[in-house]
Amino acid sequence: MTENLDDLAAVAALTDRVRRAAYEAVAATRGTPVGRDEVAETLGIGRTLAAFHLDKLVDAGLLEVSYARRSGRTGPGAGRPAKLYHLAAAEHAVSVPPRAYRAAAELLAEALERTGADETLNKVARQHGRQAGSGHGDPAGLLTEHGYAPVADPDEPDRITLANCPFHRLAEQFPPLICGMNLAMISGLLEGGGLDWTARMDPAAGRCCVSLCKNKTD
Amino acid sequence: MTDFHLAQINRARLRAPLEDPSMAEFVEGLTRMNELADRSPGFVWRLIGDAGDGTIAAPADPSTIYTMSAWESVEHLRAYAYQSEHLDYLRRRREWFRPHEHEVSLVMWWIPAGRVPTLRQGISRLGRLAGMGPSPEAFTFRQPFSPPAARPEPLPARPA
Repeated sequence: MTENLDDLAAVAALTDRVRRAAYEAVAATRGTPVGRDEVAETLGIGRTLAAFHLDKLVDAGLLEVSYARRSGRTGPGAGRPAKLYHLAAAEHAVSVPPRAYRAAAELLAEALERTGADETLNKVARQHGRQAGSGHGDPAGLLTEHGYAPVADPDEPDRITLANCPFHRLAEQFPPLICGMNLAMISGLLEGGGLDWTARMDPAAGRCCVSLCKNKTD
Repeated sequence: MTDFHLAQINRARLRAPLEDPSMAEFVEGLTRMNELADRSPGFVWRLIGDAGDGTIAAPADPSTIYTMSAWESVEHLRAYAYQSEHLDYLRRRREWFRPHEHEVSLVMWWIPAGRVPTLRQGISRLGRLAGMGPSPEAFTFRQPFSPPAARPEPLPARPA
């Protein structure tokens, strides 16, 4: 049996194909809450069906709800606030048989922190990145494959931010150590892929601490 | 209106004296980081120090320096420390500081708003965390504690 049945229920909620697509549609907004109408339109399904799946995802703890008036209207005639959905902060992992890699990662990080082995960790991360990145031609594809959720801003075509931190929990506990490792690994990925982009530390709330800049060619 | 502010002290063991060329980038960064702190949301107070660089050397050991500050909340301090340019500075800490091994290097605690923490208090809180583990009197980002519940105070008499 798995240790945590709530986690199992959360993950199991995604087995339905339409529901998984609804989850992905909410995840794709990178933190901006969306209503059932937008999700229905993205998925090409009815609004009632979209709301049904979104509410199931809320029950499973994968989404959270907020209420807001859309399109900035206020006062009488603005209508009642719309129900909006965004990703829940909780993380869910299910392992069969039970495995506790997260606990091991915390112990390893604590040990590296105490001995000051940041430099070694960065070298290992960079090397790993170079190998994993080789043969890739496109930074967004490469980073998506490694769990980063890259976001390209049309106003800034030479910059990519990353909406997801694959090491989030660990990075919150050991920021300089894990964010440094992350920067080294992304730098390695870009080198391995022979990509003309540079990773740099660019921390902000709610996203990965690293952003990418296209190298100037002149 | 919050009744309590978060106090924080940090201890670093320098690899070389601050005057050493290998420490130049750390020293240059201090000014920038102090200015960044001063204009960060939720910033309340920080130690200025004898040299005005925001650090103070341990009385018995000049290779150990401390920084201290006060903030409105744990989240304000977290945003400054880890969600700003300060994180990149921190990332390079091994170039300038020796590892802490099993020593405690950072501790936070709540102080009545308006009170300024002293170095002596800070050092004693570091000792408390090392000796007794995290508690509301001495804690870290990994296990933060809420401020003490504000005691209801009698309302001042209203002027007629």
